Amino acid sequence: MKRLYSKIAISAVVGAVLAVGGFGAAQAQKVKRGGILNFVVGSKIPSYDGHVESTFGMIHPIRPFYSLLIRINPDNPSSPTDFVCDLCKGKVPTGTDGGKTYTFKIRTGVQFHDGTPLTAQDIVATYKKIIFPPKGIASSRKAFFKMVDSVSAPDKFTVVFKLKFPSGAFIPAVATPFNFVYSKKDLDTHGYTWHKKNINGTGAFRFVQHQPGSFVEGKAYERYHHIGKPYLDGYKAISAPKMALRLQAIRGDRASIEFRGFPPKARDDLVKALGDKITVQESDWNCVLLFTPNQDRKPFDDVRVRKALNLAVDRWGGSKYLSQIAIVKTVGGVVFPGHPLAATKAELVKLTGFGTDLEKARVEARRLLKEAGVKEGFTFDFSNRGVDQPYKVVGTWLVGQWKKIGLVAKQRVQPSGPFYNTLRKTGDFDVSIDFNCQSVINPIADVTKFLGSSGSNYGHYDDPVLEKIYDRLLRAETESDQRKIMREYENRAINEMAHLGITLWWYKINPHRSYVKGWKIAPSHYLNQSLDQIWLDK
Amino acid sequence: MYKYIVKRVLLMIPTLIGAAVLVFFILRLIPGDVCELRLAGSGLYADPAEIELCRTNLGLNDPIPVQFADFVWGFFILDLGDSMWTGKPITFEIGLRFQLSLQVAFMATFVAVLISIPLGTISAIKQDTWIDYVVRIFSIAGIAIPSFWLGIMIILGLLILTQKFLGEPWMPPIEYVSPLEDPLGNMAQLIWPSVATGYRYSAVATRMTRSALLEVLREDYIRTARAKGLLEKVIINRHALKNSLLPVVTVIGIEFAFLMGGLVVTEQVFNLNGLGKLFVESVLNNDYTMTQALVMIVVAVFVFTNFVVDLFYAWLDPRIRYG
Repeated sequence: MKRLYSKIAISAVVGAVLAVGGFGAAQAQKVKRGGILNFVVGSKIPSYDGHVESTFGMIHPIRPFYSLLIRINPDNPSSPTDFVCDLCKGKVPTGTDGGKTYTFKIRTGVQFHDGTPLTAQDIVATYKKIIFPPKGIASSRKAFFKMVDSVSAPDKFTVVFKLKFPSGAFIPAVATPFNFVYSKKDLDTHGYTWHKKNINGTGAFRFVQHQPGSFVEGKAYERYHHIGKPYLDGYKAISAPKMALRLQAIRGDRASIEFRGFPPKARDDLVKALGDKITVQESDWNCVLLFTPNQDRKPFDDVRVRKALNLAVDRWGGSKYLSQIAIVKTVGGVVFPGHPLAATKAELVKLTGFGTDLEKARVEARRLLKEAGVKEGFTFDFSNRGVDQPYKVVGTWLVGQWKKIGLVAKQRVQPSGPFYNTLRKTGDFDVSIDFNCQSVINPIADVTKFLGSSGSNYGHYDDPVLEKIYDRLLRAETESDQRKIMREYENRAINEMAHLGITLWWYKINPHRSYVKGWKIAPSHYLNQSLDQIWLDK
Repeated sequence: MYKYIVKRVLLMIPTLIGAAVLVFFILRLIPGDVCELRLAGSGLYADPAEIELCRTNLGLNDPIPVQFADFVWGFFILDLGDSMWTGKPITFEIGLRFQLSLQVAFMATFVAVLISIPLGTISAIKQDTWIDYVVRIFSIAGIAIPSFWLGIMIILGLLILTQKFLGEPWMPPIEYVSPLEDPLGNMAQLIWPSVATGYRYSAVATRMTRSALLEVLREDYIRTARAKGLLEKVIINRHALKNSLLPVVTVIGIEFAFLMGGLVVTEQVFNLNGLGKLFVESVLNNDYTMTQALVMIVVAVFVFTNFVVDLFYAWLDPRIRYG
């Protein structure tokens, strides 16, 4: 057992070194060209259109065919604020005109896979489709760009975004990995739905074939605009819905990596079986598991009851033990831990339910329940999603936590379809598991989850005070202002109103074959998937 | 016989219509829809207006009678429509998987017949000897062990044994290659699920062969054959076995039809991109059009297989006459 732990520790250290300062190491080691990267994907492709879809099942196999205007730095993906140009050149622009104008200079000599040269008009057409889609055309992330007034191309290689108001949420929104740049010619010729079933990008790889339900194959694009890349000859993204099979596929070397993440036990099994042939990279994950009390129902319309639910939960202890069996670990507030806008530990412990004196918190919880007229043994319906990691694990843990203050949660586990129907449509629950998973860390956009007006809030409440705070946050120009307002927002959402309960932030664990080099873990399974920096040390 | 065939063919029509009505309405009783899962299932922000637009584009906001009429008319003119999840034609999606499922069904049936007929026969002939006991234990184990569990054990066994003896763990390929492109690669992938499934399948058929043969061996005409001094081999092969195969053929037929769409878990275990996996995924994704089409295909396969089995009866036992 000790040997196993030491192996895991060594692998984790290797992974951490790679993740933090790995680029230097990767450069020190001579890059080898060639080879095919096989990786497994646990979800299916609905369509190829990044502007419509929201699943990693599309991002992992399809993203390498496309480029973005800007992206997170593939050599420093763990940083939540490090963005670099992809199709633009130079540095990512900062706002001018009081933060209301962003001017991007576009690379010259870039060609789509069909040979069409890329110009600023392609970027404009792409972002117009995303931000101002025609009636009847879906665009899943147009709400990210509420601040944008216009997009234009004053010349062939310049794109200008004019904002209605300055916003710190703009640049992260542009870097969202779903914003594939399409050719204006394709949009004009074939229409706005053509990309659902067809692919023509400027990414590091060209589309070869897709066998639905089986695999997607790509081969290196010889005219890729990041000169010298990609290092691979090609890749194959193999569909494998069962986690156990994905794990065995890496063990049996049918696949080298899986980009979403495995639970700790799977990591341990792989390390135990393969030793140093496996490298483990780990990171905090831009996903937080929440619970949402339904404020349409009594007694959850009473803030004292919602606070009691929060006070009962031992987040610090849960972090320690749950992280050994589930893909959750970090204690955090409304903002991704580690981001400059996130609460520090000193700020965190002041939030309801985040204190370190658990006994005191639970005594207070019982007092609040008594004051609200909720009797010992009060039973309520707790809706959960029928997916083990981390929903059922954390859900079962929550049931135990609430029992400590005399509440009996009857956990009702449903498959994803009926669960969403309950959460989003019927609202037929007292308390429900909920979650907030995002791609690029964009706290100002990500925290909208807590707003009553948000399309993804299921607590059935209106909170005009919180809305006003958010409005100020959206328009705050400096980071220090944003940070200050974010604390107000957090205090209102968690401390004063306890609208939602934050459990733990997810934790991403990517064990992969050690010969896979150049890929660094990012805080989201949607990020750093262009595959252009990966090479195989075989 | 001719009249019987026509009657059976006509009876297929109400069966198929009944199945269509059931599958259409039962599917719509399941809460949730494909748009919710597709746009909000990942936990990313999902604009309610976009979800509504998706529903409208897929026809989910149309009145139920309109949706039903579309489905029935499509089925009637053999246009199964597009998958709600991928947007691709259903015939294309099914066609891709059909070859694999058919091959696994044939291979598993081959494995099952290869095991069950000889073992069942030996077991009956050697009734209550140690051979009979061994065969019975073997077949009961086959019924008791779920094929998906056996599949998992096969994969783990291969990984562990190859690592131990060859130094590198090996497992069957996880992506399908056509037997025409790479026969060895195809076999390397499909032989294992065929064995896992064929074993369970053979267990049922072995039990059936044994009991049917025992019953036949007690018939008067077998005693007569023995009294005539016919060789035991001739009695078993020519007179007993052929007559005892009637229920075995039924079992094999039904199991074959089941394999075409029912290898739901085994296909997941071996990552086979077959109809069973497609079935599970389309149900989980609330992909109505795909699920409806798959159910109707499975129903059609069952109806057709039963029809063929009934015809086979008449060939095996000329005393059977219909109509």
